[in-house]
Amino acid sequence: MAFLRRAGFALGLPIVLFTLWWVTSASSTDFYFPPLSRIVDSLVEEWFGPRLADDVLPSLIRLTAGYLIAALVGITLGVLIGTYKRLRDLLEPVLEFFRAIPPPVVVPILMLIFGIENTMKIVVITFGCMWPILLNTAEGVRAVDSVLSDTAKTYRISGAARLRNLILPAASPQIFAGLRQGLSVAIILMVISELFAASDGLGFAIVQAQRSFAIPEMWAGMLMLGLLGFLLSLLFRLVENRWLAWYHGLRRAQRAG
Amino acid sequence: MLEVNGIKKVYEGKSRTVEAVRNLTFTLQKGEFACLVGPSGSGKTTLLKIMSGLLDPTAGEVLLDGKRVDGPPPGMAIVFQEYGRSLFPWMSVRENVELPLKQKKVPAARRKELVDESVAAVGLADVHSAYPWQLSGGMQQRVAIARAIAYEPQVLLMDEPFAAVDAQTRADLEDLVRDLWHRFQVTTLFVTHDIDESVYLGQRVIVLSSSPTVIRDDVAIDLPEERDQLHTRSSPRFAELRARVFEQIHRPVEGQAHGVATHAPDVIAPSGATAVSATSDGGH
Ligand SMILES: Nc1ncnc2c1ncn2[C@@H]1O[C@H](COP(=O)(O)OP(=O)(O)OP(=O)(O)O)[C@@H](O)[C@H]1O
Ligand SMILES: [Mg+2]
Repeated sequence: MAFLRRAGFALGLPIVLFTLWWVTSASSTDFYFPPLSRIVDSLVEEWFGPRLADDVLPSLIRLTAGYLIAALVGITLGVLIGTYKRLRDLLEPVLEFFRAIPPPVVVPILMLIFGIENTMKIVVITFGCMWPILLNTAEGVRAVDSVLSDTAKTYRISGAARLRNLILPAASPQIFAGLRQGLSVAIILMVISELFAASDGLGFAIVQAQRSFAIPEMWAGMLMLGLLGFLLSLLFRLVENRWLAWYHGLRRAQRAG
Repeated sequence: MLEVNGIKKVYEGKSRTVEAVRNLTFTLQKGEFACLVGPSGSGKTTLLKIMSGLLDPTAGEVLLDGKRVDGPPPGMAIVFQEYGRSLFPWMSVRENVELPLKQKKVPAARRKELVDESVAAVGLADVHSAYPWQLSGGMQQRVAIARAIAYEPQVLLMDEPFAAVDAQTRADLEDLVRDLWHRFQVTTLFVTHDIDESVYLGQRVIVLSSSPTVIRDDVAIDLPEERDQLHTRSSPRFAELRARVFEQIHRPVEGQAHGVATHAPDVIAPSGATAVSATSDGGH
């Protein structure tokens, strides 16, 4: 019952908006704002048809690759920077500099170096979404509770065991916060990297549709992107809820007490 | 043998420097059980951290079996005062207790035995799969104690480990600690605010002054080895020892102006406090 009510709450507004769009656009003759029914047709025929393998899949593969590399590099560097104060002092200005560069502007530069193929796009995604992951991880590692750290020391838990049993779990709430920010950046960069120069991908296909005045298809592409982002964040939430179950429980206990 | 030689600790802060302890020297024999009492802020926790190599002293040194301690030595367990923060919240009670044993490379079967035993000993057998934050403060404290005893340490340092438990559990845990000490001859230093507890538990009570901290007194507890909550605590010798510790804690600091008694508000007065004060007044 409670589940149904929650599902009703979550789905209510989207259904209302969708219906509203459907009704108001039903008799539209405006070339740029076609009826939603036509957009949905195109979504089903094109995007869930041939374009799924031709465009959506390549985009997703690049996104996954770029994101995973960013997670690996970001968490590794974040742990190092959070652990060693000297390293932090050394790298902080450089990091701040790189972080301040809006990732889209590096696309033209990376195009020169890596060409327009997959490597460039993956590098763009990695470059952009690595920073939130790295900085959040470093922050989390730095904030490990001193009593917990002393406890680990007295029981001589060091090296890899310390990383696995203390540092990473203790920092995991922040790491996940970084990963969540990183994911939305990654999706944006996935599209942007395909706008500049590409032969396939979601961003590429949407721009293609626009240039060839396939307006319903363009709209449908946008819907597809929205859907994709929604599903990815849902997936992320599922993973996070599993991993951080202890943290959510702890927070609830602290709030209640 | 654990030797504390001329330990001094000054915390250097931005706005203030604190001399937490001035000069502490004492020796714990192998297998000895000593209690440490002193007012709040007298540097008991600081001393324990130095003894375990977690903190460097400003002056002096700690020797364990003749070797200078400069990091946590093997075979030493500590129960921290902030018990709640000393448990890993992402691990169940069981995993918390087991982790140090894994690190010590204790074989799995033996590990299970040790965990089961120690968790049962502190009365938590039925919550071994719970997470620490699902437990009350007193239960968390007992998990920290279970973890320390499962570790089978040669040296056990405890920082007010029974502060958050009720009187009955406290009495049980006191007997548990004594029992463990008897069985394994663990060298034990037990910090407490409770004078009765300090007299009841150990062979010796070290009394610290308030800051600047020095050792006030070192009272040998010559109660019989077999102790029990009821008879030991009501024996005349117990009352005498308790009075002596109480007096030392409440004695004014020598050389202090006006002879104003430094009171130690955080030290729990023994249940017979009025009687004790009467005795000490008579002594002046
Ligand atoms: N990390 C620190 N930095 C600065 N000062 C500190 C630090 N830790 C402790 N102190 C100071 O050192 C003194 C002794 O503190 P400590 O915690 O050792 O006392 P304690 O005897 O354990 O007290 P309690 O019985 O309340 O636990 C206090 O004045 C405290 O303010
Ligand atoms: Mg303390």
